[in-house]
Amino acid sequence: MAVFLTSESRVLIQGITGSEGRKHGARMLAAGTEVVGGTNPNKAGQTVDLGGAEVPVFGTVADAMAVTGADVSVVFVPAAGTKHAVIEAIDARIPLVIVITEGVPVHDTARFWAYAGKHGNKTRIIGPNCPGVASPGKSNAGIIPADITSEGRIGLVSKSGTLTYQMMYELRDIGFSTAVGIGGDPVIGTTHIDCLEAFEADDETDAIVMIGEIGGDAEERAAAFIERRVSKPVVAYVAGFTAPEGKTMGHAGAIVSGSSGTAQAKKEALEKAEVRVGRTPSETARLVRDAMPAQ
Amino acid sequence: MDLYEHQAKELFAEYGVPVPRGTVVDDPAAARAVAAEFAAAGQPRVVVKAQVKTGGRGKAGGVRLADGPDEAEAIAGQILGMDIKGHTVHKVLVEEASDIDAEYYLSYLLDRSERTFLAICSVQGGMEIEEVAHDTPDAVARVPVNPLHGVDEARAADIVRAGRLPAGAADSAAVMAQLLWQVFAGEDATLVEVNPMILTHGCEVVALDGKVTLDDNAAYRHDWDRFADTSETDPIEARARARHLNYVKLDGQVGIIGNGAGLVMSTLDVVAYAGEQFGGMRPANFLDIGGGASAEVMADGLEIVLSDPSVRSILVNVFGGITACDEVANGIVSAIGMLAARGEPVRLPIVVRLDGNKAAEGRRILDEAGIDVVEQVGTMDDAARRAAELAAAGKGA
Repeated sequence: MAVFLTSESRVLIQGITGSEGRKHGARMLAAGTEVVGGTNPNKAGQTVDLGGAEVPVFGTVADAMAVTGADVSVVFVPAAGTKHAVIEAIDARIPLVIVITEGVPVHDTARFWAYAGKHGNKTRIIGPNCPGVASPGKSNAGIIPADITSEGRIGLVSKSGTLTYQMMYELRDIGFSTAVGIGGDPVIGTTHIDCLEAFEADDETDAIVMIGEIGGDAEERAAAFIERRVSKPVVAYVAGFTAPEGKTMGHAGAIVSGSSGTAQAKKEALEKAEVRVGRTPSETARLVRDAMPAQ
Repeated sequence: MDLYEHQAKELFAEYGVPVPRGTVVDDPAAARAVAAEFAAAGQPRVVVKAQVKTGGRGKAGGVRLADGPDEAEAIAGQILGMDIKGHTVHKVLVEEASDIDAEYYLSYLLDRSERTFLAICSVQGGMEIEEVAHDTPDAVARVPVNPLHGVDEARAADIVRAGRLPAGAADSAAVMAQLLWQVFAGEDATLVEVNPMILTHGCEVVALDGKVTLDDNAAYRHDWDRFADTSETDPIEARARARHLNYVKLDGQVGIIGNGAGLVMSTLDVVAYAGEQFGGMRPANFLDIGGGASAEVMADGLEIVLSDPSVRSILVNVFGGITACDEVANGIVSAIGMLAARGEPVRLPIVVRLDGNKAAEGRRILDEAGIDVVEQVGTMDDAARRAAELAAAGKGA
């Protein structure tokens, strides 16, 4: 059944009347996604042309859900309105909200994340600053190009958009159950660990590829999780070995994370958990091929 | 964006956080004048503090006490121009000397792992806080702060109690904890650190130092132009920023242009690995031209990368996801044409790897254009190797 999306997913677009919302809404529809509507508080009752299909616009997420039965929302609203949009989606209790918008202030993300927690985590948040979720052949919610890969049995979780596309393309002959772009912001909703857990439980996924990059300690935590809880083969790639060290100020960051956040530290933590780590994206793709169970 | 100490203290003062009186200056005579004013007001002792965006100033000799205007001028003369961990001191803050009874530590920051904010508080502030945290972690309290509730009077009291601040300081420190939270939340900061937060013999709690990092994503809702810093920025980076290009100068020889931060970061790594076989060739820069690379963006990008005199070859690594490779190829062709028309023809070898959406069309466009400096390579690894090889050969320069 892949993860987070099914072929039955009914997708709503918050910010459907903007240029990004329209462009990617049309692409999602063309990929076979059931795009059932969108929101814009000022254009309720109108329709939007998504590549020839007329899609209804609602004033609020709650209205859209009531009429269309939408269960996924993809957020394209500009950064200044993102916090409000996500809180509206949480209030409407939509099960999944995918925040594509980049440049969201981290205080806003921290607040909508806390808001979701306060309301019982009824809404899974993916992003912000992420490419979304693609389950080839089933549904595509976000901006991941649908035509660069095929349906298969690899699960992918990644902080980076273009590296996700690169990996999906390199392994297009094997194909993917689901690719989840979780976004590279300092605070994100769904983490590597959440996706690993979902892929481990998914009977359509045989192997998992995880793409990380420098900063924070998400990969180290994922490594610890894999060691304890993941039985399926995991292959990883970490970008940023040659990135210069950021200008760190004060001691606070080091005190908290207890980790340097470097690519090397992440690679070592993953290898300690018996995850094979590729040096380049191509080598990583080869390791995934080797890890796939014989058919 | 990181702030200088004097900028952090200006922000603190706006929120009512007690800070020592002081003035930032950029020459020794001005330091003398500030010290003379303090002396005239009955405060002959001042502290001269190097303004650099790095830690360890004290240990490097960048923070010194001065007795009166003569000494303030002499010390400012020594500190100005000093190099502290690669940062040149262009300004010093001349402050009234504080009468210190005890030094504490207080900060707010983003806790990425827990996706919330965190207060850190300790009775053992000062220069050795990192060692204290390492050797006696119990002495450094970490108190989560819910972004929806922030730090009210009760939470502030929790924070200073957890940091084991003594009764004589606790109330004033809690007031400061509340005010610093207002700075943190109100200014969209990702770090507000006061080390040391001092208790004076007069039982006042004062922020003796201040480190603030602001979230660049929130710049649209603040007036942060006043914090713009040109002194520490690389000139090529400054020109790239003026053109809205995401460019970071590095120290290698292979110029890099790519799309998407993750892919470009990965490209730097792959070039560095490949470069090991060619005398240690390394990436010269990070440049992410983002999605939908138009001819103008490509021309600007090429021009910026070419303006770095250490660049000896260029690698354009594009994976067409949303971006179509035919558009990128057209961008490269017109960019090279534009640069030639500007009288700056490209002479360095450009290795291009296009893959993904419309890659075949893109490759054909480049083939048909027949530009002699452009060489196409099919995979990212091979392209990186070829770019490193060409850089090592040093042709074209």
